[in-house]
Amino acid sequence: MSASPVKPLPRWIDVGLIPVLNILMALFVSGLIIFAIGEDPWEAVKIMAYGALGFDEGIGYTLYYTTNFIFTGLAVAVAFHTGLFNIGGEGQAYIGGLGVGLFLLAFDTAMPIWLLLPLGIVVAGLFGAAWAAVPAYLQAYRGSHIVITTIMFNFIAAALMVYLMVNILIKPGQMSPQSVTFDKQSHLPFMSDVFGWFGMEIARTPLNITVFWAIICCFGLWAFIWRTKWGYETRAVGYNERAAVYGGVDPKRTIMIAMFISGGLAGFVGLNEIMGVHHKLLLNFTAGYGFTGIAVSLMGRNHPVGIVLASLLFGILYQGGAELAFEMPSITREMVVTIQGLVILFSGALAYMSVPWVSKIYNYLAADKPVAVEGEA
Amino acid sequence: MTSSTTTAGVQSGGSNSPPAAIELKGISKAFGLVQANKDVSIKVEAGSIHGIVGENGAGKSTLMSILYGFYEADEGTIHIDGNKVEIKNSNDAIAAGIGMVHQHFMLVDTFTVLENVMMGAESGALLRDSVVAARRELERLEKEYALHVDPDALASDLPVGQLQRVEILKALYRGARILILDEPTGVLTPQETDQLFRILGALKDQGVTIILITHKLREIMDVTDNVEVMRHGKMVAHRVTAETSKEELAELMVGRKMRTDLQKQDAKPGDVALVVENLTVRDGYGIAKVDNVSFEVKAGEIVGVAGVSGNGQSELLEALSGITPIDDGRIIYDGTDITPSRPTDPAAVRHMSVGHVPEDRQRLGMITNFEAWESSILGHQRSPEFQKGLFLDPHTVKTHCKSLMEQFDVRPPTPDIKSANFSGGNQQKLILAREIERNPKVLLVGQPTRGVDIGAIEFIHRQLVELRDKGGAVLLISVELDEVMTLADRILVMFEGRIVAQVAGDKADERMLGLMMANAMTDENSNEVSA
Repeated sequence: MSASPVKPLPRWIDVGLIPVLNILMALFVSGLIIFAIGEDPWEAVKIMAYGALGFDEGIGYTLYYTTNFIFTGLAVAVAFHTGLFNIGGEGQAYIGGLGVGLFLLAFDTAMPIWLLLPLGIVVAGLFGAAWAAVPAYLQAYRGSHIVITTIMFNFIAAALMVYLMVNILIKPGQMSPQSVTFDKQSHLPFMSDVFGWFGMEIARTPLNITVFWAIICCFGLWAFIWRTKWGYETRAVGYNERAAVYGGVDPKRTIMIAMFISGGLAGFVGLNEIMGVHHKLLLNFTAGYGFTGIAVSLMGRNHPVGIVLASLLFGILYQGGAELAFEMPSITREMVVTIQGLVILFSGALAYMSVPWVSKIYNYLAADKPVAVEGEA
Repeated sequence: MTSSTTTAGVQSGGSNSPPAAIELKGISKAFGLVQANKDVSIKVEAGSIHGIVGENGAGKSTLMSILYGFYEADEGTIHIDGNKVEIKNSNDAIAAGIGMVHQHFMLVDTFTVLENVMMGAESGALLRDSVVAARRELERLEKEYALHVDPDALASDLPVGQLQRVEILKALYRGARILILDEPTGVLTPQETDQLFRILGALKDQGVTIILITHKLREIMDVTDNVEVMRHGKMVAHRVTAETSKEELAELMVGRKMRTDLQKQDAKPGDVALVVENLTVRDGYGIAKVDNVSFEVKAGEIVGVAGVSGNGQSELLEALSGITPIDDGRIIYDGTDITPSRPTDPAAVRHMSVGHVPEDRQRLGMITNFEAWESSILGHQRSPEFQKGLFLDPHTVKTHCKSLMEQFDVRPPTPDIKSANFSGGNQQKLILAREIERNPKVLLVGQPTRGVDIGAIEFIHRQLVELRDKGGAVLLISVELDEVMTLADRILVMFEGRIVAQVAGDKADERMLGLMMANAMTDENSNEVSA
């Protein structure tokens, strides 16, 4: 890198054009694979795009996935700003869901929804945060590496949930490990309901009002990281712990705070899934959102705006991919995962691959700008 | 072949002298809008020591990076021994016989000297053959250049002076006949510096061509044959060292006359502001790095701590600023006791009106990834004046940063630039501004002018004296004897964690301090000078 005489690129290229190019390259390679198994890549792209964005039901599902990705992406980002790699979003989301589930099993009829919602948010956040706090404590005060401990806590969370669902919380008299359904009044309104209040009719999808909370969290996290003294200290520890200590920052406490927030954000996936969609406790509702959050955060450059865009992309890939697997039988679910993997590869690991030649073209065009403009006219 | 030698008529060599070891012709290099090198031409005679001086940001390092293949020049050509060469990367440079000793060593700590030297230049697939060959070659180099380093010592166990020799050996092992040293003495003690210069002399006698980049004019005067002066990316002067003086070079570097002596009035010490009693700080192995040290600093005086680096000064500074806990004794700031049972932290120390300009500005004093305005409140990020409700107020902080930058002549005075993109001197001025601005009762300063250009040194010194005159107590830790002697009203000398001597600032001379720093003063002598 250091050897190439790269002039700084304008911001619109750096954060706009390059990510788009990365996605196009990923789609191109995906197209080659689809072509190789004897399907029409262009047709596949059309099915994906239409499946994800072409009609209200598709859009609903896309945004529902997006909601979960925003939570887990933000969770990874806040830890990353502190120099920590939180791989435990999956487990924190799981436990966050458990928290909401327990809360609603106990109080679903005891309070009105306008009280259940804020308390549900708090409980989901606290449970997720508590699950992240243990690895955070072990990292800050005992020196156990947080990557290892958060991974292990994912397994512990999964085992705990199986135990609880099979032995304790299962609805009596049935085989499948699910709890009783919460009272109808405790369910979060679906977006189809919300549109219904205004007399508009859209297809019923899992998309519920949690999506608004996700957007609020984006603003909140941006303000926290870039506009508060705590966020300042968080970034200071992430960039240079020694300098942070010099500046009077306690890195241990900062690690605890950042991981607490990180775990809480991941826990909100539980809010979306349990209080918003399933309305009962069940197994495996986290479905890998925690892990995909890592890719989302990476692709979104750990910035809330980038995370929203990356979440949207992954939402489209999830929903469009599901449609594709349905419409083109020779493209299996695994093939869709491959395409997602390619997007992660090109947008994450190879994110800067196109920079040298993009900047070469840019420098060339910038030097001859008047000519280029005339040529186009 | 002979045509190139006739171009510079001022050279003493005749027209039949051999071609220059290195000749750079018309090198230009721009980074964005910044013209780092502008039509730079130099000619380095084979077997000479050639100095390049200039302020920070004058373009010396860029020029050498071009020569070593880190950057490609926008224009200009490089000639080695009269032949035009293309140097696109460091492998090309090594192939052309150029070796570079970086300011920051590029060694693997957990490797032995031998392993470090042969790394990347192993002779075959089997390591054992390479080890045997490398050992033989290392012994030869040692003999030829009097460069002794234990080949089996771990890099992490060696002092910096030895590490630097390993770097030189690495270059020679790769067949370098031209050696570039970038600020080689920045991290060395005076003794190590002398040893280095002896080595350079030996290398020169063996026909090695050496390019020495430094800010330190004394070193230029001591060891070089020729010297070039760079300013603002251009080569402004070429001198034969024997025919120039420190003063002339200094003037050429900054482009104006500068005072060689700082004017300051006698100190008017007031109340005691900092008391250190029997302070002991141990490292992880239980070895006392600061050993039973006692002293005090009064308001309105500068106390300098001299010593060869690594004799406990860094640990003393970190203990006083609350970064490392103390193991014994106590520190008293303005009536507040700090003891092992009542430890403190940097935030609390700052609250006692103590400023701290750390030794290592990039790793401690600022966060290089932060924009300047963010770095300008490091340590004061919780201060209410920068908050608006729950939030930091960027507008207030930037205004504040801008005013600091203007008062302390930080260039460019732009709060939105990343801290890392300022030159060393300007980074230091920003840190100093932050720490002095609140008129601290005590200011702890470590190596305030390390790696800082002459113009900034003068400015920084003046600021420290000004703070003193306003009644601040200043504790100055520096390995630059000139600096300690210029600034300090009283000088403490540290050796192996202890304070071995104390002398009034106006009574000290370099020889005496040097002896004290080596703890070579006889008892009668030391009694004579103790205050």
